[in-house]
Amino acid sequence: MHHSAHSSPAAPPAASGAPAGPTETAVLNIEGMTCASCSNFVERALSRTPGVQRATVNLASEKATVEFVPAQIDRAGLKAAVEQAGYQVHEPATPAASPLASSDELDQRKAQAYAQLKRRFGVAVVLAVIIMPLSMLMLWPSLMARVSMPVLNYVLLGLTLPVLLYSGREFFVSAWNGLRHRTASMDTLIALGTGAAFLYSLAATVAPHVFMRQGLMPEVYYDTTATIIALILLGKVLESRAKQRTSAAIKALMGLQAKTARVIRHGQEVDIPVEELRLGDEVLVRPGEKVATDGIILAGRSALDESMLTGESLPVDKTEGDAVFGATLNKTGAFRFRVTKLGADTMLAQIVRLVEEAQGSRAPIQRLADKVSAVFVPVVVIIALATFVLWFNFAPENTRFSLALVNFVAVLIIACPCALGLATPTAIMVGTGKGAEKGVLIRNAEALEKAYQVNTVLLDKTGTITRGEPAVTDFVPAATAPADTLAQLAAVERQSEHPLAAAVVRYADAQGAARLDAAGFAAHEGRGAGATVAGQPVLVGNRRLLTEHAISLPADLEHAAAQLLAQAKTVLYVAVAGQPAAVLGVADTVRDTSVAAIRHLQQEGIEVVMMTGDNAQTAAEVARQVGIARYFAEVLPADKAAKVKELQAEGRTVAMVGDGINDAPALAQADLGLAIGSGTDVAMEAAGITLMRSDLQGVVTAIALSRQTMRTIKQNLFFAFVYNTLGIPVAAGLLYPFTGWLLSPMLAAAAMALSSVSVLTNSLRLRAAKV
Amino acid sequence: MDTAQLLVTLGGVALMGFVGWFFFLAPHQVAAAVSSSTGVQQVDITVKGGYSPDVIEVEKDKPVQLNFYRDEDNSCSEELLLPDFNLRRELPPFQTTAVELLPRQAGTYEFTCGMHMLRGKLVVK
Repeated sequence: MHHSAHSSPAAPPAASGAPAGPTETAVLNIEGMTCASCSNFVERALSRTPGVQRATVNLASEKATVEFVPAQIDRAGLKAAVEQAGYQVHEPATPAASPLASSDELDQRKAQAYAQLKRRFGVAVVLAVIIMPLSMLMLWPSLMARVSMPVLNYVLLGLTLPVLLYSGREFFVSAWNGLRHRTASMDTLIALGTGAAFLYSLAATVAPHVFMRQGLMPEVYYDTTATIIALILLGKVLESRAKQRTSAAIKALMGLQAKTARVIRHGQEVDIPVEELRLGDEVLVRPGEKVATDGIILAGRSALDESMLTGESLPVDKTEGDAVFGATLNKTGAFRFRVTKLGADTMLAQIVRLVEEAQGSRAPIQRLADKVSAVFVPVVVIIALATFVLWFNFAPENTRFSLALVNFVAVLIIACPCALGLATPTAIMVGTGKGAEKGVLIRNAEALEKAYQVNTVLLDKTGTITRGEPAVTDFVPAATAPADTLAQLAAVERQSEHPLAAAVVRYADAQGAARLDAAGFAAHEGRGAGATVAGQPVLVGNRRLLTEHAISLPADLEHAAAQLLAQAKTVLYVAVAGQPAAVLGVADTVRDTSVAAIRHLQQEGIEVVMMTGDNAQTAAEVARQVGIARYFAEVLPADKAAKVKELQAEGRTVAMVGDGINDAPALAQADLGLAIGSGTDVAMEAAGITLMRSDLQGVVTAIALSRQTMRTIKQNLFFAFVYNTLGIPVAAGLLYPFTGWLLSPMLAAAAMALSSVSVLTNSLRLRAAKV
Repeated sequence: MDTAQLLVTLGGVALMGFVGWFFFLAPHQVAAAVSSSTGVQQVDITVKGGYSPDVIEVEKDKPVQLNFYRDEDNSCSEELLLPDFNLRRELPPFQTTAVELLPRQAGTYEFTCGMHMLRGKLVVK
C-alpha cells in the first residue's frame, strides 16, 4: 500500500518556533495554482487574513505553510480565505496517520443506521402481523360473507403501503441506483419481486372488473409483499449484528492503545494525550499502567504483560536498555522510557495494519464464487422471467397468471447472492482476528490458504527449536574442589564479554551462587580468561588453557568432559589455585515448548525437518532430543533457500520457519514463510505469517487456525452454492410436475433471510475455535 | 397457444434479451485519471448503487488516489474491497474516502463492494 506524501491536515499541528505567542502552524495543500503569480496571490490573501501571522506558499509542492493564532482563526477559516482567492484546498478525506485513529464518527453512524434498520423492521413486522390474518379471511366463508371484498382489499392496500414505502423503500432506491450503473444486487431482486406482487395486487384492487372480464379472480398478494419485506429486514438486522462481531478482534486491538502518557517536560511530570507525544520524550510508567507507546527503558525494571501483542501469557522481565511496546501492561515495577516510535510506526499499529490488510485480501478459493456472483443477479432475473413464461404457457388457464406470478416472485426472492459474497471474507476476517489474539499475524488470505495445504515444516534450528543463545547445561565439580568454585568462576566471567561467559554468569545467578570480587582480569586470546578471586588465581577456558598451565585433569573430570563432548556440547575447564576444579558443558538449549510443538505437528500428519549450520553431530543430538527424523546439517546461510527448493522438488508443500535476516530468502522461497519472534522487519516482509511469540507453539496455532478457517470457508461456499442451486429450481416449480410442490414466496423470503445469516454464524463459530 | 400466451412469451423473451444486454453487453463508463502537479493520479468516484465511473484507467508506477464519495446510506456499498492491493475500507455515507495505492504492474484489478455485487475495474497501463 502506498502512503501518500501529502501532509495530513488531521495530524496535530506542530507547535511554532515562536516561544511566546500561542501560535500554531498548519500546512494546506493548495490546488489550482498554475504560475508563480498565483502562489504570490494565495500568499497575500492568507497573510492579510486576520489571525494569520505568517504565510508562505510553495508553488512546486503546492503547499501553504501558515502560522496562525488559533484563538482568532482556525483551519476552516484559512481554507475559506484560500477559496475566496479563487483556489482550492485539498483535504485528503482519510487521515494517512495512524490506523489507530479512532473512528467514533463512523461507529456512531453505524449505530444510527442499525437503529433505523430496526425501526423499519419493527414497522414491517407489526403491519405484516395484521395483514396476514386479514388476507386469510377467505378461509372462514361465514366471516367472508359479511365483508365486502373490495373494501377489504383497500384496507390491505392501506396497511401495505407503509411497509413498502417506509420499510422497503431502501430496496427500491438501491435497485434504481444500481440500474443506473447497470449493476444489480440483492436489492434488485427484492424490489422486482415485491414490486411485481404489489403492482398486480394494486391493479386487482383498483380495477377488479378488468380481471373479471378476462375470467380471472382479482386476487391480491399484499400479505406476500409485506411478509417478504419483513423477513428480509429481519435477515438484515441479524446480518448486521453478526457482521459487527466479525471485526470485533481488530476493534479490540485498536482499543488497546493507551489514551494518555505521563511525560517529563521541563523537569515536571505532566499527563498528556498520547497524540501529543513526541519522539525522544521521557515517559514514566507506574505499576498497573499501560505503556503509552514504543520505546527503550532508561531506568527501572519491571515485569510486563505483553500477551495482547504476542499471545504469550507469562509476563516478561525488562530492565534498562530493553524495548517496551505501546499497549502492553506494566505489572510490578515502575520505570522510565524514551519514546522511539509513535503512531503508525508502533508495534500495535503495525499489527493492526497487517490484520487489516489481511482482511482486505482475497483467498484464491474465492475465485469461483466471485465469478458466479458477478453474473448472478442478472441470470436470476432471466431465470425468473423464463419461469413466468413457462408457467403462463403450461398451467391451466384459470390459474396460469397467478401461478406464473407467484413462482416468478419466489425465484427472485429465494436467490441469495449474499451468501456467496459473505462465505469467504467473513471467515477470513474472523480467522485473522483470532490469529492476532493469539500472536499469529497472517499476512493475507493466500497465506492462510497455503498454511492449510502445508505437509512439511522446515525448521531453522538456532533461535527456533533452540533459544539461540548458549546456556550452561552441566556443571561437574571435581571431588576435591572447594564449595564456592562456582562463585569464584562467576566472578571471573562477570568481567568477560564472551557469550559463553554470559551463560556461566546466568547459570551461577540462577543457582544462587555468592557474588565475589575478581581482580587482575586477563583474557587469554582464543583460550579463555583468568583473574584472582579471594586471593586465589582462577582460570577458565578450553583444554589448551589448562594444558599451557601444566594442569592435568583427574580421571572423574576427564570422564565427564568426554561425555559432554560426545553430546556435542562445548566444554569449559576450570582451575582454582593451580588445581583442576570443574568442567562445564555449554550448549544452545532446546526451548521448553519445542518438543511438544513438534510432536503436535507430527500428529497432524506434517513431517518436520530441521536445518542448521552446525555440524552433523550437534544436529543429530538436537534432532534426537526433539524427535525429528530428518535434518540437514552444515547448511550455509546462502544455501537455506536451496534446501527449501530441494524439499519442494520432492513434491512437498513446505512451510519454512525462521527468524533472522539471513532466513528471508528461504522464507520467500517456501510455499509459506513463518517468521518467528517479534522478528526483524525484513523477515516480516518475506513471511506469510509472523509469530509474535518466540516459540514453535505459534506454528501449531497457525496451522490449526488455517485448517479451521479453510474448513469454515469450504462449508460456507458449499452451503451457498447448494442453497442457490437447489433453491432456485424449487422456487421455479421444477418439483411441481412430480410432487405437486410449489414454494410460497413467503417461505422463499424466510429461506433467503436465514441463508446469509447462517453463513455469517458459521464464520463466527471460528471465534470459539480451539487453536 | 392463445394470444395472451403468445404475447407473454414474446414479451418474456424480449425482456430476457434486454436484461442480458443491459447488464453484460452495454458499454461502461470509463474515466482516465487526472494527474495533479504533484504526480498523484486522482479520480473521483461516486458510489450510489454502483460506481461511476466504474472503469478507471491509470498509469503504472505513479501513485493513485481514488476518492470515493458514497452518496447513499444503503448498507450494500458500505465496504470497499480492492483485494489485489489488500484493501478493505469502510466508506462512511455522504463522505469522501480517499484510497491511495501505487500500482506496480500493468493489468486490470477489480474493486467491489463487500459482497461482490457492485463492481468496478482499475485498469493500470
